[in-house]
Amino acid sequence: MENIITFAPCVLLLPFLMFLFLGLTNYKWTGKQAGIIGTAGITVVAFCCYYIALQYFFGGVGKPDGATAYQTITVFNMEWMKMSVAHPGLTISIGFLLDPISAMMLIVISTVSLMVHIYSFGYMFEHGHYDEGMQRYYCVLSLFSFAMLGLVLATNIFQMYIFWELVGVSSFLLIGYYYKKPAAISACKKAFIVTRFADMFYLIGILIVSYYTKTFDFVEMNTLAENGHTLVGNSMEGLTFMGLSLTTLAMFLIFLGGAGKSAMFPFHIWLPDAMEGPTPSSALIHAATMVVAGVFLVARLFPVFAIDAPNALEAITYIGAFTALFAAVIAVAQTDIKRVLAFSTISQIAYMMVALGVARFSIEGVEHVETTLGFTASMWHLFTHAMFKAMLFLCCGCIIHCVESNEMAKMGGLKKYMPITWACFGIGCLAIAGIPPFSGFFSKGEILSACLENQCTGIYVIMTLTAGLTAFYMFRLFYHIFYYEENPEYATSEHKPHDQKWPMTLPLIVFAVLTCVCGFFPFGQLITASHEAIEIETNWFVEGVSLTTAALGIGIAYVLYYKKNDKPAKIMAKMQGLCTAASHRFYIDEVWYGITRSFIFGIICKSIAWFDRHCIDGFMDLMGWLTNRASSESKDFQSGHVQQYAWVFVMGVVVIGTLALYL
Amino acid sequence: MMAMLYLESSKKAIRGTMVAGSAVLTILSVYLAVQFLALRAGGDTSEYLFYSTTPWYQGFLNIHYAVGVDGVSVAMLLLSSIVVLTGSFASFAVENQTKDYFLWFLMLSIGVFGFFISVDLFTMFIFYEVALIPMYLLIGLWGTGPKEYAAMKLTLMLMGGSAFLMVGILGIYFMGSPAGSENTFEMTQLIKTVADNMPMEWQRTFFCLTFVGFGVLGAMFPFHTWSPDGHASAPTAVSMLHAGVLMKLGGYGCYRVSICLMPEAAQEMGWIFIILTGTSVFYGAYSACVQNDLKYINAYSSVSHCGMVLFALLMYNQTAMTGAFLQMLSHGLMTALFFCLIGSIYGRTHTRDIREMGGMMQIMPVLGVCYVIAGMASLGLPGLSGFVAEMNIFLGAFEVNDTFHRVFTLLACSSIVITAVYILRVVGKMLYGPVQNEHHRELTDATWWEKVAAFGLIISIAIIGIFPGWVRDMISDSLDEIVKHLN
Repeated sequence: MENIITFAPCVLLLPFLMFLFLGLTNYKWTGKQAGIIGTAGITVVAFCCYYIALQYFFGGVGKPDGATAYQTITVFNMEWMKMSVAHPGLTISIGFLLDPISAMMLIVISTVSLMVHIYSFGYMFEHGHYDEGMQRYYCVLSLFSFAMLGLVLATNIFQMYIFWELVGVSSFLLIGYYYKKPAAISACKKAFIVTRFADMFYLIGILIVSYYTKTFDFVEMNTLAENGHTLVGNSMEGLTFMGLSLTTLAMFLIFLGGAGKSAMFPFHIWLPDAMEGPTPSSALIHAATMVVAGVFLVARLFPVFAIDAPNALEAITYIGAFTALFAAVIAVAQTDIKRVLAFSTISQIAYMMVALGVARFSIEGVEHVETTLGFTASMWHLFTHAMFKAMLFLCCGCIIHCVESNEMAKMGGLKKYMPITWACFGIGCLAIAGIPPFSGFFSKGEILSACLENQCTGIYVIMTLTAGLTAFYMFRLFYHIFYYEENPEYATSEHKPHDQKWPMTLPLIVFAVLTCVCGFFPFGQLITASHEAIEIETNWFVEGVSLTTAALGIGIAYVLYYKKNDKPAKIMAKMQGLCTAASHRFYIDEVWYGITRSFIFGIICKSIAWFDRHCIDGFMDLMGWLTNRASSESKDFQSGHVQQYAWVFVMGVVVIGTLALYL
Repeated sequence: MMAMLYLESSKKAIRGTMVAGSAVLTILSVYLAVQFLALRAGGDTSEYLFYSTTPWYQGFLNIHYAVGVDGVSVAMLLLSSIVVLTGSFASFAVENQTKDYFLWFLMLSIGVFGFFISVDLFTMFIFYEVALIPMYLLIGLWGTGPKEYAAMKLTLMLMGGSAFLMVGILGIYFMGSPAGSENTFEMTQLIKTVADNMPMEWQRTFFCLTFVGFGVLGAMFPFHTWSPDGHASAPTAVSMLHAGVLMKLGGYGCYRVSICLMPEAAQEMGWIFIILTGTSVFYGAYSACVQNDLKYINAYSSVSHCGMVLFALLMYNQTAMTGAFLQMLSHGLMTALFFCLIGSIYGRTHTRDIREMGGMMQIMPVLGVCYVIAGMASLGLPGLSGFVAEMNIFLGAFEVNDTFHRVFTLLACSSIVITAVYILRVVGKMLYGPVQNEHHRELTDATWWEKVAAFGLIISIAIIGIFPGWVRDMISDSLDEIVKHLN
């Protein structure tokens, strides 16, 4: 425990100092030096994280002798700002909360971040020199690592919100890294504004919850819920807003914040565009870590959701299931390899959401089954997905580096040129399709059986269907890149595609190994909703069905895309409507643009600005004009002619005299 | 200091004196803040510290020159001195009639400082006018664009406001003291007597009069229209001082005079102003979204942020009111930074139209990065000052538990999204992207004095953003009394 206290501040402080250091000394270092500084920092952080997580899980820190459940430990909690004099609970602290899920996230973040730092050395080195923005890049990566670690370690909901915004801004800066490119600019603006819009709901949710509970603290909130109080003692019971209990509403609003970051429908529109950023940062932020923040948020408040707001969880399930299927259908029709992966990420995160959504502490009529299995499965999938999706993105980075295009049409037949990338990409595809023994098989299987066992059969069917689609579009991608028809330019080109140098290859291999083994980790022992170990039994029916669907998906992909043929074109012609709609992402972006650009910008903003200039300002100008006019009219009175004065005087006397006589 | 300025003749010496003088001022303000905190920590609980009073004019009106500071005014003094210091650096660009410019600039700052330390209503009012008049000359002579029109409009509207104020202040003077005792302008005494002695209907009237009077300066809807024109025409440092500090006079006055002296009327009549200020918040934000002139964008954004200040003051609870003062600090520093940068950019490109600029980040990276930081502070990024202020305001406003307040609080919350929209619009159009105008490629990056001004402000913003505890507690403690009164 003491050791953890020594290492814990380092985890948060070091990335922050790296950020300040690299940010304040801009252009002082060459690209290589900046990279080495950043990577050295994150290596130290990673080792601290590993040490803390291992100590927590296996070193007896999390489970002191005799305890059956993992403890929730607040390593430190510093007061940052008191928000209210009357209610000491409303204090924002910056702290370090250690429980199974945050310990797991420490491993995920530090691993992926370290690998991406190393990988970027190769990726940002192009045409014989490092990219000019290298230092800025590593600076923002450090900021991101700091913010993401702070987010998962948050002791209170406001700390989480603070770091939530910080990951948002670092994501904005990384998407807009190539700031001369118009596509990157609109993508980074879109990402920031969409997530900000969702954050507004999160903030309102926090306001409602903190108003009634008078606390920000996660542990206190969860304890309240676990002790059978509704969120807030009893004060929120019976309070309703348009037919919903207020707790449900508040928790749903908080979830919406998470939906923004995790790109759930209808906030998913920013993630595909976010692929304009450098590929390694997409791997880190938009595949493995930041986008699962929403899932983490729901998991962090899971007791509150499960006990006080089961309706909100139900809504999460439906939104998740819809998003999973929806994104998978779109992924089939995309031709940009990074966008296929982006939609696949959306779909997979939706899996995690669904798994959380179906989990409960107890379900009426369901006995002898572990009803919180969904929670474990969700976290498990988060872990495995982070590893294989980061790997897939890094593989894409290697491919894009060679081909210098994101379009599938420019690729094909790359297997013989890039064998290592081929192998790693293949492992990633098998894992995401759910083929044993790769990690995705286990975690996805558990999600599906959680759906089925918790009596959500409809959801189960949708998710299985999605699994089949996933297998199909991933292998479509795989065959299209590595087999299909070789691009004739490769043979004649001076720079033949080739496997990259070690900084880019090493991370691929590390992730590939992890993807092969992490399906066998005993997640049921470590990460559960109640912190007590649960038995995970393989549901052979579920596994059988999902394997069959996956095999079917792969088979169809094989038939259509292994060798160049005219079948895909024929099928596309038959389902033209669906294909066009899917390749245009079902026009959701256009709907958003319609609402924002035409309605809010075009009508509301323009009319307010017009009203301001012409009515309000016009009124003020009118006052000025009237005053001017009045004075210029009345100035004739002071003409200086004595006769006129005398005339007015005499007339005045006459009028007053007449009045005096008659009144 | 003014005398010194008058004697100096060369441009360099003038600048040197100005910077040295305002640096001393800043050091003094920091020293004051430290002393203040030390005394408070030492258990001195009197309402105003460093209090002193001298009779000034006791013929017909009982006027004292009474000064003193509490936590709120210390915070405001810190803000003013920082903005004046950085403003002096930013004024290095003024080439003609430098001496006169700095003299008037100094006059303006004297008014501002005087206003924040006054405890006597009449002295306060005089300093208020002292701060307003130089504005006319500064904008009219050293401004750009339709400067005479803007200067005239600004001065007339603010003078209109102060006419309301004058009536209000005299009303408080004549009706606010118990019968038989001497009338007074002294706020420490008025705060005890006004509520009991003045008839309720008059309290209501004077509350509205003074609130509108100060509200004009605080850019409250619909009296905000001087702000876009005035800011657009004013020279850099004047915009900085004006948006950064002068607009805070409005909020500060609303608190010190209207709310503190007439709490009951404030409770009753507050709703009118909640509607107006709530409107300001989103009205300013939406208007800013479609402006193309950089200064107009920031002027409207100021309307939105200052609306937030008054809105929070009207919530009458400690968290929100503390948030209001934090927002004043934060907005003061941030807008000063914005106008400083806009001045620098305009000085180079000679246009403020964002459609004519592009790719500035490549040409002037330092100014560009500073602009992004200012934008981030404006949209409330944690770690910078805007976040601290906004969270206090939202949390406090949400504590008022009725539908009317809730609706306006939610509207105010929605401004965080709109703010992001107009900030990023500028960043995307002006800073990012390809270079629009090839001539701009020859432009240079920030000079040393522009860097000093910008970095000074950024450091202050970051200090408040990262260590908000001390300043928040300092302000919050000073509000104890009045909050008890209000509830």
